[in-house]
Amino acid sequence: MSLDVTLQTDPGAISSDPVAEARRQVEICNACRYCEGFCAVFPAITRQKVFADGDITQLANLCHNCRGCYYACQYTAPHAFDLNLPAALGAARAESWERFAWPGGLAALFQRRGTALAAALVLACALMFLAVAALPGGGEGFYAYLGHGAMVLIFLPAFLLPLAALGIGLRRYWSETGGGAVTLADIGAAARSAATLGNLGGGQGQGCNFEAEERFSDERRMAHHAVMWGFLLCFASTVSGTILHYAFASPAPYGFFSAPKLLGVPGGVLLTLGCAGMLVLKGKADPALGTPGRASGEWAFVWLLGGVGLSGLLLYGLRESVLTGPLLALHLGSVLTLFLLTPYSKMAHGFYRFAALLREAQAGRR
Amino acid sequence: MSEAIARASETWDIIIAGGGNAALCAAIEAAERGAKVLILEGAPKPYRGGNSRHTRNFRCMHHGDLGPLVETYDEAEFFDDLIRVTKGETDEALARMCIRSSEDCLPWMQAHGVRFQPSLAGTLSLDRTNAFFLGGGKALVNAYYLTAQDLGVKVLYEAQVRHVGIEGARATHLEVEVDGVTRHFHARAFVLASGGFQGDIDWLARAWGESARNFLIRGTPYNRGVVLKDMLDQGARSVGDPTQCHAVAIDGRAPKYDGGIVTRLDCVPFSVVVNRNAERFYDEGEDVWPKRYAIWGRLVAAQPGQVAYSIIDARSIDLFMPSVYPPIAAGSIAELAAKLELPAERLRTTIAAFNAACRPGDFHPQRLDGLATGGLEPPKTNWARPIEEPPFYAYSLRPGVTFTYLGLKVDDRARVAGPDGPYENLWSAGEMMAGSILGQGYLAGFGMTIGTVFGRIAGQEAAAHVA
Repeated sequence: MSLDVTLQTDPGAISSDPVAEARRQVEICNACRYCEGFCAVFPAITRQKVFADGDITQLANLCHNCRGCYYACQYTAPHAFDLNLPAALGAARAESWERFAWPGGLAALFQRRGTALAAALVLACALMFLAVAALPGGGEGFYAYLGHGAMVLIFLPAFLLPLAALGIGLRRYWSETGGGAVTLADIGAAARSAATLGNLGGGQGQGCNFEAEERFSDERRMAHHAVMWGFLLCFASTVSGTILHYAFASPAPYGFFSAPKLLGVPGGVLLTLGCAGMLVLKGKADPALGTPGRASGEWAFVWLLGGVGLSGLLLYGLRESVLTGPLLALHLGSVLTLFLLTPYSKMAHGFYRFAALLREAQAGRR
Repeated sequence: MSEAIARASETWDIIIAGGGNAALCAAIEAAERGAKVLILEGAPKPYRGGNSRHTRNFRCMHHGDLGPLVETYDEAEFFDDLIRVTKGETDEALARMCIRSSEDCLPWMQAHGVRFQPSLAGTLSLDRTNAFFLGGGKALVNAYYLTAQDLGVKVLYEAQVRHVGIEGARATHLEVEVDGVTRHFHARAFVLASGGFQGDIDWLARAWGESARNFLIRGTPYNRGVVLKDMLDQGARSVGDPTQCHAVAIDGRAPKYDGGIVTRLDCVPFSVVVNRNAERFYDEGEDVWPKRYAIWGRLVAAQPGQVAYSIIDARSIDLFMPSVYPPIAAGSIAELAAKLELPAERLRTTIAAFNAACRPGDFHPQRLDGLATGGLEPPKTNWARPIEEPPFYAYSLRPGVTFTYLGLKVDDRARVAGPDGPYENLWSAGEMMAGSILGQGYLAGFGMTIGTVFGRIAGQEAAAHVA
């Protein structure tokens, strides 16, 4: 029956520390509770009376920045409590990714500086131009420019090493938020939520308040769906190509009516359009409600992701032309950047968000 | 300000003084009937909506499940609840009309953008009687502003109505201050929905005495009763007693204005409450808190300095909804007295006398457990468990006023009563006339019911008048 009330904050003591400030705002939310129906963050808040650092990390990663709570809030500025929960949780969220990232420091750099991400992209593209120029081709299609062996040599580590680094970050997340053994039911619940973006539904399926202030809109949810499903289709396309190559001894290039193309072309279109949509919506949204100090990295990341989709489509559309070589270098360079920076860019949010949904499934069932 | 000049030069069908729930319901109804409507909101845009910004639900009659509401809440039960809290201080015909009309309001609200959610955690007892707004009152206010603006209603913010120009039984214009300049706004009909006078502390002090200067105002600072006073000065008939208001005991550390729901304190039933002299003054365990919080505002208002302290021990800290303010904690009663600046010896005696009067029995926080003190005055009739296990915790209490009940008298068509019968083209809705129905006491969510029902009627009637 005891409660550690020393964790409680003075509601008027605005803090510059992201976790302390998020805690102050979450405590005000817990005393109000008017937003309970918007998303999973608020029911999660009501399960507790005081909030340790790990609780704040979990709530921050559960927040999808739909902004419904901000526009409904009676305590936003100029009120003395100065609530801006989307920004406060955004700050705690970005700070947590930077804290969990391994090696430390890289996430802070790439989340805060779009120029760093752009520089990485230029470097990766230059490397790929060099590789196309220097390394022998061997085979048909784009293998004529860069052989299969060279591609595996570059991309297998570029894919696996960041995943290992991300694994370290996710383990740190799980330990800080007190996660338990994951069950199939947890995975099912989290996958359902991720697949439908239920937390961008505004509580009654009317969408969020991202780009049109207090008006509800489903546009961000749709754009994000296009990005996520587009990316997954592109990824599935690559996997299917690998299977065809090794299991069926059927190397690229593939015709249109093949698994890699039937998955990859719609995937690329969705990814490109989705990213374009996200950029338009981001341009309309109020930056004061976004994650403070990370806008530059976020913009750069969406451009990079959209660039991966667009360059892949162009590579396919302009195949067997004079542009194939340069486009291949650009596409592979952008893919390389995306892969290598996964643990340190906004790309990490997908993994942490999924972990938060898993953790929420566990906590909600208890 | 060019917008104000432009708006003042137009001729409106209907001008509405006020920008909260009642005003918006009136505006939407009138605009849907083709009227050209202007809303004059005294607050700046971030604070628009008056006290509606702080509300969370509205009380609604229904037969069978309706929206988020379950089972049935019929007119007889609703009216009984009203009679119990007002002790009969109501206008039965108006009250019954309001109750009956509430059932139609819920689908109307949904059709005009309001979204509901299930009862909030910790308020399960209300899921039959009160429909909760998704996101609370500000979300409702936002939805109505969007709907009204989509219907062509114009809104002028920071426009303070100073005077209603009346000739005989007709209102002719409003004198409105915008950016320090007073302008005349002309219309063929007017709806007055600009709330009570609780934001004017001087007026509260005139009605209550100087003790009112220690009251906290839970809602908007913009409801200063300017239009109400102007109308009463011109002979409009009033209802309600200026000392009556919806006031509750809230955390004494709350801001002077606009603290809203989070300043609520739910620990009283599990505590001992003492005044500045470290003396108890009322049965803390008389009933469950949702049925008692509204009387504690007045109880604390009657104490010296208008302050009280609710004291619990370690066993009770986890029994109630969290307060937004951390408790004042101490390892001993003496240390607590020092932190609260209470007479230490007196507090020790009061707690010791209370503890000695506690009797053995089973403590059940979720229901009336009958665990009462013996031979103590005043008694504590439920949840009387000794305050003995450190750390000890205290919260300060002050009266928090939500809205005052002195208002304009209206008829069942929301028409304002003048000295010689109803005005021809003046209607009123919301807290400005709620005293007609709420003579004293308060019923959770009923303010929004009154605002919605009378706001809609005022809008319909005013539109019919100008059609």
